[in-house]
Amino acid sequence: MTILAKHAASKLIYDSLKEHGVDPVNVRFDSVLSPTEGMLNGRRTILLGTNNYLGLTFDPDCIEQSILATRSQGTGTTGSRIANGSYDGHLRLEEALADFYGCEHAMVFSTGYQANLGVLSTLVGRGDHLMLDADSHASIYDGSRLGHAEVIRFRHNSPDDLYKRLRRLEGAPGDRLIVVEGIYSMLGDTAPLKEFADVKRQTGAYLLVDEAHSMGVLGATGRGLAEACGVEKDVDFIVGTFSKSLGSVGGFCVSNNPDFDIMRVVCRPYMFTASLPPAVIASTLCALEKVRKEPRLRADLMRNARRLYDGLAALGFQTGPEANPVVAVAMPNTETAVLFWKLLLDKGLYLNIAIPPATPTNVSLLRSSVSAAHTTQQIDTALEMFADVGRELGFFAADRRRAGGVV
Amino acid sequence: MQSNHRLALVENKDGDLHAQMLDDIAEIFAQVLDRPVQITDQTDIVEDLGMDSLGVMNFVMAIEDFYDISIPLDRTAQIQTVADLIHAVQDLRTRTSA
Repeated sequence: MTILAKHAASKLIYDSLKEHGVDPVNVRFDSVLSPTEGMLNGRRTILLGTNNYLGLTFDPDCIEQSILATRSQGTGTTGSRIANGSYDGHLRLEEALADFYGCEHAMVFSTGYQANLGVLSTLVGRGDHLMLDADSHASIYDGSRLGHAEVIRFRHNSPDDLYKRLRRLEGAPGDRLIVVEGIYSMLGDTAPLKEFADVKRQTGAYLLVDEAHSMGVLGATGRGLAEACGVEKDVDFIVGTFSKSLGSVGGFCVSNNPDFDIMRVVCRPYMFTASLPPAVIASTLCALEKVRKEPRLRADLMRNARRLYDGLAALGFQTGPEANPVVAVAMPNTETAVLFWKLLLDKGLYLNIAIPPATPTNVSLLRSSVSAAHTTQQIDTALEMFADVGRELGFFAADRRRAGGVV
Repeated sequence: MQSNHRLALVENKDGDLHAQMLDDIAEIFAQVLDRPVQITDQTDIVEDLGMDSLGVMNFVMAIEDFYDISIPLDRTAQIQTVADLIHAVQDLRTRTSA
């Protein structure tokens, strides 16, 4: 019995996975060949679960900018921007993000996770009310615990439930901040943002949208769900990440709030961590430029997403509610999910497995994320592998309910 | 005598309210778990009723709808027994009507 014995329940689940010969959280690639391929146990494997939406991790221009920045500015900043000062690149990236969103202000964080920790814990404090969608990402829940606001959960994607809860707060002092996500990372569903914006206006709350999975993906110019829904004026804060469509690491927040810059001296997850290294800043700036100049990337991405989503549905799998670059397939139970995942991996297809309690409605999921860089052939190969494993596990037999889940 | 009598009335009234809440909460448990449920003040919501985290969330949301309150997350974390829950609901209802 050590100090970690309190995690015995989690250990039990993890050990039972390892007994089945699978360890989904410790997959070790021999090498990564491209945005869509890696070598795994000596086998060429299609990467269908890496959130590399625009496939920019191997973009020659981004790589070149990264190399140049490292040569000229070194490998790291070795400290925070408060202590060590900002590099020119940090400020240029903030200017570029503000310009991209048509906002007055932008702030860069060292990870997307820290962006949510920082922004949520700074915007609301003691006496304020933080309204979270029940299916929020872990970084949002953790950010809510770092601050001291009262946290109220509303039903996933339900503007009515949110409205009801804000009405219950009528007369209570304090600010209200509503937090929703552009695309939810497990099922790939989008928030009904127009309706949430209506609730925000009716109740005088502030609205924050986390566009982590929707930046560079949705909207006419890739700004995300707020752009796609035409409600950017109602969104007070947008949070996002560089580690998905922009192919690097880091997070950001943009806003038109006139007091925005005070965050730089009160937001602890911004102040007390090392700033992003020059190589990351340089490739991110280059990738953002690609998002602006190459709308073809979004078209390719959505075409691939639609092909995978429709293909899986045609095979008889239960998918999420919308065809987006996150494509989830419901499994009848955790054991089948683990087995299905392992058989796909053995065939040369890598994607994510999500089991309760990490999933909404306690369903076990196989979660794919599509890239603009996938070829049609790769999507079709993935579909064939799904079909083969599905047949092997009796998904398409008389018992159709096996493939069904509650999604 | 008179003051004692009044006290008894108040206690009785609270007792009725308490019993009514136990009945209502048992009914909500039964709906969420889809089986009849026997509860007392001492019933441990997770241990005794075998609820997982999703079950707890659905249950809390049903309670919130029934009593027209929102139970903040930090309060949810403090609720272990049915008595804790009744206390929290009464407290939040008082706050709402105040």
